[in-house]
Amino acid sequence: MQAKPAILKVLDVVSVLLLAAAAYLALVFAPTEAVMGQVQRVFYFHIGTAWTALMGFIVAGAAGIIYLAKRDEKWDIVEVAAVEISLVFFLITIVLGSIWARPVWNTWWTWDPRLTTAAVTELIYIAYFMLRQGIEDPNRRARFGAVYTIVGAISAPITFFAIRLFRTIHPVVIGASDSSAQGTFAMTGDMKVAFFFALFAFTVIFIDLLWNRILMGRLASRVEQLKLNLTS
Amino acid sequence: MPRAEKTFRKESPVSAFLRAIGAVAWKDLAAEFRSRELFTAMLVFALLVIIIFNFALELDISTRRSVTSGVLWATFAFAGTLGLNRSMSIEKDQGSLDGLLLAPVDRSAIYFGKVISNLAFMLIVEAIVLPVYSFLYGVNLLQPGLMLILLLGSIGYIVVGTLLAAMAVQSRTRDVMLPILLFPVVIPVLIAAVKASEGFLSGGEAAAIVPWLNLLIVYDVIFTSLAFMVFDYVVEE
Repeated sequence: MQAKPAILKVLDVVSVLLLAAAAYLALVFAPTEAVMGQVQRVFYFHIGTAWTALMGFIVAGAAGIIYLAKRDEKWDIVEVAAVEISLVFFLITIVLGSIWARPVWNTWWTWDPRLTTAAVTELIYIAYFMLRQGIEDPNRRARFGAVYTIVGAISAPITFFAIRLFRTIHPVVIGASDSSAQGTFAMTGDMKVAFFFALFAFTVIFIDLLWNRILMGRLASRVEQLKLNLTS
Repeated sequence: MPRAEKTFRKESPVSAFLRAIGAVAWKDLAAEFRSRELFTAMLVFALLVIIIFNFALELDISTRRSVTSGVLWATFAFAGTLGLNRSMSIEKDQGSLDGLLLAPVDRSAIYFGKVISNLAFMLIVEAIVLPVYSFLYGVNLLQPGLMLILLLGSIGYIVVGTLLAAMAVQSRTRDVMLPILLFPVVIPVLIAAVKASEGFLSGGEAAAIVPWLNLLIVYDVIFTSLAFMVFDYVVEE
């Protein structure tokens, strides 16, 4: 078994420190938002985790395409890693968003494009893991996984646009906002510091998690191979 | 048969491809025409779903107007999985999928053949459910605009469904897997189809319908081409 590379160990430590610093910036450093109050502080991590989940979503789709083109097992491992991270971080995003939405929108949940697309993507990824679990042959499992990730990666944006044809109340903090959005606000300088730092921190955390998960995936496929050798 | 061989060689690749598609679709339709298993099951199921909705939603005149398109599409979506599952599991159970795959034709011909037969079953079921629904609830559903939406929506549903059914039957959980795989990715079709049908049923302003029609067309085109590209990977041994 190969040892964990030193640079990854460093990255692990850096990720934890960055997470702590981002938490400090979000919870203490950033000024309290005038209308929404303390609950607005959820926003920094809400966007950070959503960003991580989105990166996972994109990496998964790309890895699926590359796997089908190259048939190299390592892209299958990347794909599983990315899907898993995306699944977890979309869930965190939804939970954080609900905590914010309860006082601001006066509801835990609404069928807004972003919320619904996140929820549907979660279901797609759960289906993805159920499908993989039901297939024994590793090659076929990888092929089906890749096909389904690609189908999901194309359908999720279409779902988003389909629901967007209805009106939305989700605020758009960066860029132009619809006047019907509720709970929107302008970021001050210190808020921007906390916001962009959170984005940066979660990008590093994403890379760290993905890397670790890929190493784990390699070990898992090695274990599977050894098991096959034993039984055959 | 030397004669068949001769005509086969003469054909251009395109017409050979089309003939292969036709052969696969015809095989399914002929088998179904003789047994009528699948069709009966889908139709009875669809009617049962409508009856259940009637009591679950208390379909009186005022609610009927707003929920008709939703009820119809939910019915077709559920009945559709029945048909998709069956059409693929028959091939798998009797080993005829391997036979199909051994045939010297492009694999996507098998896919499109299956799409056509599945689409035919779904449209036939829709063609019976619509007048029955109109009769039961006194709504006139037999409008050309609605037919167009039914066709576009069914194409999108079947195009993705056939691809995913081919994967689902090869997994351990089989039939259970299809709706779980299919519904989350087919949501855009259902949203667009429900909204467009609603637009037609409530008077039909073009502005309320055209965006949804466009969405359906875009979905159909994207997923037909995607399925065409990846079907090989799904049936490969």
